[in-house]
Amino acid sequence: MSIWIYIFKRIFQTIPILILVTIISFFLIRLSPVDPLAEMRLNPAISKQSIEHEIKRLGLDKPIYMQYFYWAKNFAKGDMGTTTTGESVALKIKERTLNTLLLSLNVLFWTWLIGIPVGIIAALNYRSTFDRMLTLFSSAGMAIPSFFFAVLMLIFAQKTGLFPIGGLTSANFYRLDLFHKILDIMHHLFLPTFVLTTLSLAGLSRQMRANLLDTLDSDYVKYAVAKGISKNRVILVHALRNAINPLVTMLGFEFAGLLSGAALTEYVFQYPGLGRLILEAVMKSDINLVMAGLVIGSVMLVLGNALSDILLRVVDPRVRGN
Amino acid sequence: MNSLLKKFKKDKISLIALIILIFMYLSILFAPFLSTYEKNYSNRELSYSPPVKIYTITPDNKLSKPYFYNLKREFDPHTLSITYNEVRDKKHYINFFTKGYEYKLFGLIKTNIHLIGTDNEGELHILGCDINGRDNFSRLLFGGRISLTIGFLALLISFPIGLIYGGISGYFGGIIDNILMRISEAIMSIPTFYLLIILAAILPSNMTSTQRFALITVILAFIGWAGFARVVRGMVLSIKTEDYVKAAKSIGQTDFKIILKHILPQTSSYVIIAIALSVPSFILAESGLSFLGLGIQQPDASWGNMLKEAQEFANIMYRPWLLTPGFLIFIAVLSFNIIGDTIRDVLDPKSKIGR
Repeated sequence: MSIWIYIFKRIFQTIPILILVTIISFFLIRLSPVDPLAEMRLNPAISKQSIEHEIKRLGLDKPIYMQYFYWAKNFAKGDMGTTTTGESVALKIKERTLNTLLLSLNVLFWTWLIGIPVGIIAALNYRSTFDRMLTLFSSAGMAIPSFFFAVLMLIFAQKTGLFPIGGLTSANFYRLDLFHKILDIMHHLFLPTFVLTTLSLAGLSRQMRANLLDTLDSDYVKYAVAKGISKNRVILVHALRNAINPLVTMLGFEFAGLLSGAALTEYVFQYPGLGRLILEAVMKSDINLVMAGLVIGSVMLVLGNALSDILLRVVDPRVRGN
Repeated sequence: MNSLLKKFKKDKISLIALIILIFMYLSILFAPFLSTYEKNYSNRELSYSPPVKIYTITPDNKLSKPYFYNLKREFDPHTLSITYNEVRDKKHYINFFTKGYEYKLFGLIKTNIHLIGTDNEGELHILGCDINGRDNFSRLLFGGRISLTIGFLALLISFPIGLIYGGISGYFGGIIDNILMRISEAIMSIPTFYLLIILAAILPSNMTSTQRFALITVILAFIGWAGFARVVRGMVLSIKTEDYVKAAKSIGQTDFKIILKHILPQTSSYVIIAIALSVPSFILAESGLSFLGLGIQQPDASWGNMLKEAQEFANIMYRPWLLTPGFLIFIAVLSFNIIGDTIRDVLDPKSKIGR
């Protein structure tokens, strides 16, 4: 089967899952006794007509399962409604999603860049001081609450003045030229990236180390060594590829964990991402925004999983066999 | 079990982790005895007061029974700053096994003996006070009761659900399996923390603290079961082809009994490992929720909601003692992780992660 057919099939498979996700989210949110239009009604800037328009649009005068179809129809058309303050949800979500993606991909990049080599070195120097240090570090990294670590980093930023305290851009961002704009964003991204990378680095390097230890223990590696192939070649050509494959499957999970972990970090750093948006929306019971944020978050997760499956198929010929 | 004990004896680090956890759980069990104040006792005069300094050497260089001075708030109208200064005219001695507020140990034995205490006028706040002038040290003990138990309670709900769900799905297979697995996949596809905050936010606000605690537990349980159910299902798929299952079927055992009595017990070592490794994630989830103000609510204490104070910038800069709950969460979770790894090493010797 060609890889393209597989990609098509895998993407196609995500559709029923996404529909189920929207059904679950919709009914969960509607379980709450909160009136979805309460905020709008209290806001004098919003006219009666627009409230009535919103009731019609959401089908609030119809039974709840009909409301779901109204919502789904609008959503499929790209109409996510307005927030309680009257902004377009779609625009807001788009901006925030891009920010979250920027942060998450950045973190993923650094985690892999650092985590894989560190895991390899630890496995090759099994039970050395470096290995023990890594075990210690990764246990600590997995135990520290993300928000607490973020708070500690904020203290650091404040005390040293090296990094901006929160946000994604400086106040004078729009007056900068392109080069300085990029520099400014990178400056702001550093601390959230650092926090999240440290936390996910722990898991990844540990996993890489365990996988490589496993493959080094397997018969084909021993055979290759016995045949007299140089140690470096055995490790680089034979062992490493098989050790990395399970990590590719984990990529999807890692992405999921990142989305969740990022929510708290975004909150502490006042980073304008999707997690913080949902949190604020939840606090204000802004139903349109919550619903859209939840679905977009799930879409990212499901696509992330699909992508890692596809990637695994590209790198691992054994999966292609069946 | 024996090999587990042996392992703990041999592995110093996991032994230390075990001792730390036992110490923590004993502390929260004896929380009223160890605490110096009731959890809701508040002295508005001491809002955000720093920890008292405890002296053992008097100004004229003599060794003395530990004592401290009360703190008094002073407001400087020129700089608009509030400082706490010691009232040096009266020493308050720290007494051990002394009388304090009345409480019931284990909810049964009425007593008023506390490990440490001071005279009636002394304000002994070992870790200072929070914004309402409540004693941080005592609240840490009472908060630990919630933070350290909620994970286990959530496990008691989520694991049976996951076991039965995965068992049914794997055993019957076919269309039932398909539907059940799609549902669990859908739940896993919603980013965990987004789901958590939404569930917590739709809780009605007029609940008693016990109700809220129970519902937060249920919510935490709700996010953990799906992934677990999928692994159980995978194991059941292979177990159900074993001969003894076929034998049970042929003598007319009902499906439900086969799942419960013959198949699920086979997954026990995985289940124990999974339980040991997932307690920390529940503790972290609770602290995250409470940190955001969506979990355990005031006036109840939990380590997460005590850390809420760390959201104020002035607090983390000038009142670092308010960060103590964060370190406690860190230590508890670290210890659980280490012990979880040890249990996995013993029950699943093939796994190399912890070695």
